Amino acid sequence: LNGSYLTPRLRINKVLPYFTSHTETHVSPKIDSSRTHVNYEVKEDVAVIRMNDPTSKVNTLSVQMQNEMIEVFNEVLANDAVQSAVLISSKPGCFIAGADINMIQACNTSEEVTKLSQEGQKMFARIEKSPKPIVAAINGPCLGGGLEFAIACQYRVATKSKKTVLGTPEVMLGLLPGAGGTQRLPKMVGIPGAFDMMLTGRNIRADKAKKMGLVHQLVDPLGPGLKSPEERTIEYLEEVAIQCAKGIVNKKISLTKEKGMMQKVQDYVMGIEFVRQQIYKTVTAKVMKMSKGLYPAPLKIIESVKAGLEQGPDSGYLAEAQNFGKLAMTSESNALIGLYHGQVACKKNRFGVPERPVKNLAILGAGLMGAGIAQVTVDKGIHTVLKDTTVEGLSRGQQQVYKGLNDKTKKKTITSFERDFTLASLTGQLDYSGFEKADMVIEAVFEDLNIKHRVIKEVEAVIPPHCIFATNTSALPIKDIAAASIRPEKVIGMHYFSPVDKMQLLEIITTDKTSKDTTASAVAVGLKQGKVIIVVGDGPGFYTTRCLAPMLAEAVRLLQEGVDPKKLDALTTGFGFPVGAATLADEVGIDVAAHVAEDLGKAFGSRFGGGNVEVLKTMVEKGFKGRKSGKGCYVYTPGLKSKDVNPDIEDVLEKYKLTPNPLVSSDSDVQYRLVSRFVNEAVMCLQEGILNGPVEGDIGAVFGLGFPPCLGGPFRFVDTFGANKLVEKMRRYEEVYGNHFTPCQLLLDHAKDSSKRFHK
Amino acid sequence: SQRMLKQTLFNLLKKTLAKPGVKNIVLVEGVRTPFLLSGTTYADLMPHDLARAALQGLLHKTSLPKDAVDYIIYGTVIQEVKTSNVAREASLGAGFSDKIPSHTVTMACISSNVAMTTGVGLITAGQCDTIVAGGVEFMSDVPIRHSRKMRKTMLALNRAKTLGQRLSLIGSIRMAHLTPELPAVAEFSTAETMGHSADRLAAAFGVTRLEQDEFALRSHTLAKQAQDAGLLSDVISFKVPGRDTVAKDNGIRPSSMEQLAKLKPAFIKPHGTVTAANSSFLTDGASAVLIMSEEKALAMGYKPKAYLRDFVFVSQDPKDQLLLGPAYGTPKVLARAGLTMDDIDVFEFHEAFAGQIMANLKALDSDWFAQTYMGRKVKVGAPAMEKFNLWGGSLSLGHPFGATGCRLVTTVAHRLLKEGGQYGLVAACAAGGQGHAMVIEAYPQ
Repeated sequence: LNGSYLTPRLRINKVLPYFTSHTETHVSPKIDSSRTHVNYEVKEDVAVIRMNDPTSKVNTLSVQMQNEMIEVFNEVLANDAVQSAVLISSKPGCFIAGADINMIQACNTSEEVTKLSQEGQKMFARIEKSPKPIVAAINGPCLGGGLEFAIACQYRVATKSKKTVLGTPEVMLGLLPGAGGTQRLPKMVGIPGAFDMMLTGRNIRADKAKKMGLVHQLVDPLGPGLKSPEERTIEYLEEVAIQCAKGIVNKKISLTKEKGMMQKVQDYVMGIEFVRQQIYKTVTAKVMKMSKGLYPAPLKIIESVKAGLEQGPDSGYLAEAQNFGKLAMTSESNALIGLYHGQVACKKNRFGVPERPVKNLAILGAGLMGAGIAQVTVDKGIHTVLKDTTVEGLSRGQQQVYKGLNDKTKKKTITSFERDFTLASLTGQLDYSGFEKADMVIEAVFEDLNIKHRVIKEVEAVIPPHCIFATNTSALPIKDIAAASIRPEKVIGMHYFSPVDKMQLLEIITTDKTSKDTTASAVAVGLKQGKVIIVVGDGPGFYTTRCLAPMLAEAVRLLQEGVDPKKLDALTTGFGFPVGAATLADEVGIDVAAHVAEDLGKAFGSRFGGGNVEVLKTMVEKGFKGRKSGKGCYVYTPGLKSKDVNPDIEDVLEKYKLTPNPLVSSDSDVQYRLVSRFVNEAVMCLQEGILNGPVEGDIGAVFGLGFPPCLGGPFRFVDTFGANKLVEKMRRYEEVYGNHFTPCQLLLDHAKDSSKRFHK
Repeated sequence: SQRMLKQTLFNLLKKTLAKPGVKNIVLVEGVRTPFLLSGTTYADLMPHDLARAALQGLLHKTSLPKDAVDYIIYGTVIQEVKTSNVAREASLGAGFSDKIPSHTVTMACISSNVAMTTGVGLITAGQCDTIVAGGVEFMSDVPIRHSRKMRKTMLALNRAKTLGQRLSLIGSIRMAHLTPELPAVAEFSTAETMGHSADRLAAAFGVTRLEQDEFALRSHTLAKQAQDAGLLSDVISFKVPGRDTVAKDNGIRPSSMEQLAKLKPAFIKPHGTVTAANSSFLTDGASAVLIMSEEKALAMGYKPKAYLRDFVFVSQDPKDQLLLGPAYGTPKVLARAGLTMDDIDVFEFHEAFAGQIMANLKALDSDWFAQTYMGRKVKVGAPAMEKFNLWGGSLSLGHPFGATGCRLVTTVAHRLLKEGGQYGLVAACAAGGQGHAMVIEAYPQ
């Protein structure tokens, strides 16, 4: 399935892995005050405060970390031998990855969360006012509460390592930086810069952070010496930070930075109230446009910043703490945090370590999909063969891989040398030479069972016995494809989403015969490719396509009932989908949609009805195949972002016109007709065992199909909205349209018993 | 004399590195122009002029007939596009017979090492008996190019047929296209300048600023002593057209630790440790050596200075181990020659940066480094400082990239003669993360 349309909002989730939580319970410290997380030693007159959470791979601002930090800080202040301090993590590659989410989730009321926020504010205020300068020495992620801690310090030194990123990702969890971030950042990086950081939550690399004024000094990562590079780099960072701390004390380093001309002009402009008001207005309008008002966190961030700047710090800090408390209790935050946990879970291989790692991967078909898979594989140290049947097809695919890497070079995330070096692992070819060394073959040829059968036979004749055959299909049942295989235990489905380099989801499909090791291997490859993975059972449309089909069928019916494509899009995006249903059909491809609708219609019968498939077929006949053909529901003009409704579809819709029933055609009913069919099908997939659990169901729907992230996925939506309320609505639609809206048994069970929930 | 006695004793105690069935190859003579800070007296020359001067000096010093050479090879790094085969232009200009083929090689700071070992290969293979190898670098003038866009337009202009086409091409030129491209001493693969990498290397090995400044001061002090004592006998005097005769290196400046400490870091600011004073400087200069098979040399009546024995080229990660060539090359060449660190009497290492030298010495002296990165069981140990670069080095004498290798080899030969040692070892690092090491054996006197 194609999902280029989903990317802008979903990409935000890429940073989430840095935001961490503890699932382990802390061993409570013994009565003696031996500290386990924070300690310090005095070097000359500098206290080097070292953090290291022994229970986790990353440091988080857990209760224990905070308590020990306060204890150490008090000792440092009281120690007359100490003039200044350096704050550093002794964990390789991680400064502080954020606050402990569980700490927030353990609270029951917004007041409790507000209190947490205020405690954080208080601690950082003490750091900020410390008479002994504190230098934060940053290596690895410095995010969320970690960043707020760092910016409360007097000076920041960071390594230029690729792992070092600074940012405030709270907004992606439906929260705000609740420990002074909304108050300090605008002063540090300017109002526009601060809004950009806090509203997008994006990661900022060290060099950029230096330019923005977020860090004062950079330290280069070191190579091999008399110790391992990682160990020595941290040591070096500490040495430089100690020099800085001493420099501040003996006034060789000034904390009041000389302002440049541009800075002075900017400060002057930002000093004008009218200008500030304009900024708030513009930013708010932009947020409203992008979030459709469905996400409260960005607005609360703006509110908190504004309170601080316009009414002074007291009001600002209070607003921040109160808004933080309010946000923590919202269903949106709950949904986003759920997605975060789900994503972490779907980044693990629950099938164990495969018997042999995939070192040589061959991809059949150099189309958008095949080349996209090559693109995300070749830079992971896997030798990749891209095979096509024509020179033209192959060249196009190779160019796509090159362009993907070259764009990274242009953005300076990799050097031209790294690009070339990576490309050296890609072999383009037209024959099966070298396939005897392949550990896995992923076919991405045309979606036609006969072609897939021919390919599987050809491939099995040349690959070694251990080689896995993965098929990339969005709807063909894997067991049907595997029917042509002489070793079905090695056959598996790997359903990628287009564009492969942007879409995070990978849906892996196993048949009854697929071996556990085959699955483990496919998951391992997918994880290497950076994917979030759901593993589902075989069946027509698997999970994702199966959920999408009834929703699209409903969308076609709505078009037939006279709902304008633009209106249809507005209603779906208004519900939280990143892209409207009509645009979605165009993106997926009207021909693909027709194909899927027909196939799944045959498999599932009248339940998948609704819109008339002939509408789609007629459109295809007329050449309206969607974006790829330039016309579908809309007309696409290259280079233009805006699009007009395709005037020629009116005839088609006129031909298949249906009369809407006013009882179920209000805007809200239109939305729920679309969503309820999606959700019901998802629940049915769980009921039938296609899905392993609701977590994978939510992740697949949000990351693969753009189900509204603020709702957290179909299962969380049922929990939050109430299964009984949903069933009630569906019954009303059922009366008009019949079995298209018949709730499945599992949904009925949940409706009957409100204590039944998909998520605990 | 006492020296003869000492030599005989050595020869009795230490074996020769001659191998059965392998030709003995000897260094007959080595010379170099004075190495000058770029932009000084050589400023108006071209690279081949410097190479010519070295070649003529070699001819003069050896009384070699101008047609007695089989092949001439030169090393260089930054090429003057007009004389891209600088070996050929220099040998013709130096008056060698036009029947002698010559080619130019490049391998960054070990280019003349490659020129010499190429000659060794030709002699070993029985193709040649007499080789002149050398190196030249001229930093007073480097090729500065138009931007790629401008070059493209200019090349298109060449092909334009009509006035209209020409005018439209000229019209397409923008101010930004006029920005020139300067050559940088930076790695292509990593875009990092060498000084920056050296600073990181020093930090990785925990080399302090003090250690670096001390080593730089040592280099300048020893160079000054050697210069004053007349030990730098490879330096020929050169009458620069339109200028004075140059007879001495002009970059030797023994200073004080206080002075050195005042300098700010040149590459990593503000906390770096590599400064202008503890780095080698941009230098103009050329060198040349006469290499022959032992038989041929003796037949022609020459008294060889040394045997050129085992050599290795090594390469490693161009980012984090850019300048560790000596650390990798030294154990490898010692193993090939069947020698230990203690067997070596004379060390001549190329001093790119004081920090780089110190890092290499620490790497050689570390078991952990030997085990983790070189696949060795134990370290070979660091060279004894009383044998190390005793007549100065690249930090003080200067470092014309392409010419330094021949200087190192000639210096080893001269020091072996002077100090009466048996074996010498040359080691050098080069851009690209490469390196070279060679064992040199004294010729029985």
